[in-house]
Amino acid sequence: MNMGEVVPKTDIVKKLVDSYYRNADILNKSNSVFINEKREEGIKYFKKLGIPGRKNENYKYTNLEPVFSHPFRNAISPSNKYFDRDQIFKCDIPTLDTNVILLLNGFYFDRKTPLRELSSGALVGSFAKASTEYPELVEKYYGKYAQITNEGLVALNSAFVQDGIFIYVPKGIVLQKPLQIVNLIASDDDIMVQHRNLFVLEENTGATVIVCDHTFSPHKFLTNSVTEIYAGPDSRFNFTKVQNEHNDAMQISHTYLNQGENSKVTSNLITLHGGLVRNNFFVRLNGNGCENNTTGLFLVDKRQHIDNYAYIDHAKPYCTSNQLFKGVLDDFATGAFNGKILVRRNAQKTQAYQANNNILLTNDARMNTKPQLEIYADDVKCSHGATVGQLDEDALFYMRARGIGEREARLMLMYAFANEIINQIKVEPLRERINHLVDMRLRGELSRCQNCAMNCG
Amino acid sequence: MNKEQDKIINDITQGEYKYGFYTDVETDTIPKGLSEDVVRLISEKKKEPEFMLEYRLKAFRHWLTKKMPNWAHLKIPKINFQDIIYYAAPKQKVQPDSIDDIDPELKKTFDKLGIPLDEQKMLTGVAVDAIMDSASVKTTFQETLAEHGIIFCPLSEAIKEYRDLIKKYLGTVVPYTDNYFAALNSAVFSDGSFCFIPKGVRCPMELSTYFRINAANTGQFERTLIIAEEDSYVSYLEGCTAPRRDENQLHAAVVEIIALRNAEVKYSTVQNWYPGDKNGKGGIFNFVTKRGICKGDNSKISWTQVETGSAITWKYPSCILRGNNSVGEFYSVAVTNNFQQADTGTKMIHIGKNTKSTVVSKGISAGRSNNSYRGLIKVLKNADNARNFSQCDSLLLGDKCGAHTFPYLEVDNQSAIIEHEATTSKIGEDQIFYCNQRGISTEDAVGLIVNGYAREVINKLPMEFAVEAQNLLQITLEGSVG
Repeated sequence: MNMGEVVPKTDIVKKLVDSYYRNADILNKSNSVFINEKREEGIKYFKKLGIPGRKNENYKYTNLEPVFSHPFRNAISPSNKYFDRDQIFKCDIPTLDTNVILLLNGFYFDRKTPLRELSSGALVGSFAKASTEYPELVEKYYGKYAQITNEGLVALNSAFVQDGIFIYVPKGIVLQKPLQIVNLIASDDDIMVQHRNLFVLEENTGATVIVCDHTFSPHKFLTNSVTEIYAGPDSRFNFTKVQNEHNDAMQISHTYLNQGENSKVTSNLITLHGGLVRNNFFVRLNGNGCENNTTGLFLVDKRQHIDNYAYIDHAKPYCTSNQLFKGVLDDFATGAFNGKILVRRNAQKTQAYQANNNILLTNDARMNTKPQLEIYADDVKCSHGATVGQLDEDALFYMRARGIGEREARLMLMYAFANEIINQIKVEPLRERINHLVDMRLRGELSRCQNCAMNCG
Repeated sequence: MNKEQDKIINDITQGEYKYGFYTDVETDTIPKGLSEDVVRLISEKKKEPEFMLEYRLKAFRHWLTKKMPNWAHLKIPKINFQDIIYYAAPKQKVQPDSIDDIDPELKKTFDKLGIPLDEQKMLTGVAVDAIMDSASVKTTFQETLAEHGIIFCPLSEAIKEYRDLIKKYLGTVVPYTDNYFAALNSAVFSDGSFCFIPKGVRCPMELSTYFRINAANTGQFERTLIIAEEDSYVSYLEGCTAPRRDENQLHAAVVEIIALRNAEVKYSTVQNWYPGDKNGKGGIFNFVTKRGICKGDNSKISWTQVETGSAITWKYPSCILRGNNSVGEFYSVAVTNNFQQADTGTKMIHIGKNTKSTVVSKGISAGRSNNSYRGLIKVLKNADNARNFSQCDSLLLGDKCGAHTFPYLEVDNQSAIIEHEATTSKIGEDQIFYCNQRGISTEDAVGLIVNGYAREVINKLPMEFAVEAQNLLQITLEGSVG
C-alpha cells in the first residue's frame, strides 16, 4: 500500500511542496487539464501562505502547525484494500431512505459506476470522473468561491485534489430522496486525506445532503477537505454534516456556500466525536432575498478540541441569516467559536443574527469565543450574542424538588440545551437518530462509532 | 422626509471643531527626531534622578526591537517617528507659586477652553492639573488636597519628590514591554498627573487633568499614575483638545491605576482631540494604553469614556481584577464622523475569586467613519464565580459608515458566567415619526434619540462632565442624522 509519501516533521511546508512535485504525475493522471492547472496555482499559493499558525487571527485558538508535523502518508491514490460495502457500513437508521454514496479515504468507492445519472437527470458520483466527463460544468464552478489566494489549506487541497463527491441538480429538479455521503477513513497506517466535493444546484431546485464522517481503524488521520456548494436562484438546499470520528482523528473541513437570488439553505453541523476538529464555514449571500440558517452543535470531552469558524458574507440586500452554535465541553476539552457577519456597503435591509452558547462541565474545560460583526450598511438589523456558563442551578433545584435525581436532571438540561439545534434537522428519521446519539453521547455511552462493524475503539 | 433627515444628518455631522485655535506662546522645544540622546535630553530637562533615565533607556531599546501593531481594524498611515518633536514646553516656571506668575496667554488659553486656572473662578469641587504639550502649567487646589494627605501634582514633580512611590508603582501595571506605544511612551513621556490617595481617605473633590496639544509637529506623550490606598476613593476626570492643523499629530499616553484593598477609582475621560477636517485631513492619532489593577480585595475600578475626537483612536482601557470580589466597569460612548476611525474597547482579566465586570459600549458612526468595538473578557483558571456582562450597541447614521464588533471571550473556569450581546441598527423611522407626530422636529428627534441611546453611559459621568459630554455629542453629530 505504498502509494504516497511520508511527511516528515521538520519544515513541513517545504516537505509538502516537495511531495507535490515528486508525485505530480500521479496527481495529474485522473483529473481534467483544468483541475491540473489549478493544482499548480494551488501549490504556489500554499508555498506562500503555508499552514495557518497562531499568528493567524482566524486560527488564534487552534494551532495547526503541530497537527501537520505528524508523519502522515499522503493518500493520493485510492486504497486497494477490499471492503465489503454492506458489511462495513450498516446504516442503522432503518427508516432513513437515502441514496448512499461511499467515500473511502477521500476516493469514490464504487469504481464500477463512478458517475450515476439519477432518473431525474441529476448527476451523482466521483468528482474526478465528473471533471473529465463534464469539464465545462466543473470548470464553471470549481474554485470560483473557495479562496485559494488567502487560505493556505484550501490552496493545499487544490494542489493535492484527486477525488470527492460531485452532485449536479439540473434546473427545475427536486431530489425526493436525500443523498447520504458516508465519508470513511480506514487504513493500516497514519494517512492524510484531502478530498474535494462540488455540489451544484441550478435554478429552482431542491436537494438534501447528509454527510457522515467516520473513522474505521485506530490510526492517526488528518482530513483537509474542501466542499463547494453553489445554490442557484430559488433553490432549496438542506445540508447536514455529522462528525463522528475517533480521538486520534483530526479534521479540517472547509465549506464554501454561494447562494443565488431567493435561495434558501439550511446547514447543520453536528460534532459528536473527533480528536481535533476545525470547521470553516463560508457563506456568501450573492443574490437579493437569500435566506441562510447555519447551526452547529458540538459535544466534546477528554482532550478533544473543536473550533468552528463561520463567516457570513451579506453581499446583496434583503437577505436574512441566522447562526446558532452550541457546545458542551467536558473533561479537558477545549472549544472555540469564531463567527463573523460581514454586511457590505449596498446590502441594505439585511437581517443577521448570530449566537453562541456554551456550557463548561468541568474546571479543566476551556472555551474561547469570538463572535464578530463588520457592518458597512446602515439600514440593517444585526445582533449577536455569546455566553459561557454552566447549567442553571435553579432549574436543577426545580427538578430535584420534583424527585428527579441529580444526574438525570443534569442530563435532561443538557439534552434540552442541545435540542434546539437537533430540532433544526429536517429529515425526520435522521433527527430521531441524532437525538438518540446525543442522548447516548451525553450519558457517556457513545465511545465509538455506533454503526461500525469493526471495533476500532 | 428622508431628504430632510439627510440634510439634518449632514448639518449635525459637519459641526465645526470649537477648540481648534492655536495659542502663540514662547515654547521651549528640542529638535525633531528620536534617539538615545533625545531620551537623555528629555530626562535632563526634567532634572530626573538616575533611575528614571535608566528606565527610559531600557524602554527605548525595547521599542527599537518592536514593530508597529497592525491588528486593529484601522488604516494608519505610516508614521515617521523621526519627524516628531518629542519635547515642547511653554516657557515659564514649571509650577508657578501664584496665579499671577502664569503667562497671561496661557491663562487666556485655558479660560477659552473653559478651564479657569484661578481657583476662585473655578467650580468648587474640581482640582485641575493643566498640561500643555510636554509640561504641566498649573495644578490647582494642591493645598486643600494636601490637608487630607492627598498628593496631586505633575508626574515630573512626583518623580523628584516621591521617589519611593514612583519606584514602587510606575510601570507595574503597564510595563514598557507591554506594547509598541507603551514602550515609546515609557522612553519619551514628558509629563502627566500623579495622584496618591492615602489610606482611608475619600477625596473631597474631583481631580482633573486637562491636556492641551499646542505646538506644531510635536507628539504628546503624557503619563498618569493613580494610586488609591486601602479604603480610599477618588474620582478622576480627563479632558483633552488640540488646535486644528493639516498634519497629523501623535498622542501616545499611558495611564496606570492601582487600587488596593477596598479602594475605588472612577476614571472618566472626555476625549475631544482635533478629529481632522471634513475630508479627513489632519487630526490627532490617539494611541493610548490605559490599565488599572484591582490589587486588593473588594476594590473597584470604573472607566467611563466619551470619545468624540481624534482622527484615529486605538484605546482599550482595561482592568486586571486580581483581588477577590473586585469589580471592573467600562462605560463608553464612541462617536466617529467624517473620516474618523476608532478601534476601542476594553479588556477585563478575571484572576481573583468572585470578580465581576460590566461592559457597556455604545458606538455611533456617521459620515464615512469606521467605529469598532474590540474587547477581551478573560477568565483564568482560579477565578471562581467570575461574572461578566457585556453589551455593545452600534448606531449607524448614514450608509457610508461602518460599525464593527470584535469581542473575545476566553473562559477557563467552569463556574464563570459570561454574557455578551451586541446589536447594530439605525434610528428607526417609526421613532422619528413618533416624535414628529408630537411636534418635535426631525433634528431634535435625532438629538433626542442619540442622547437617549448614550444616556446609560453619560449618566456615569460626574455631573459637570455629563453636561459637557451631552453638548459634545450633539456638536460632533451636528447634521448627520437620518
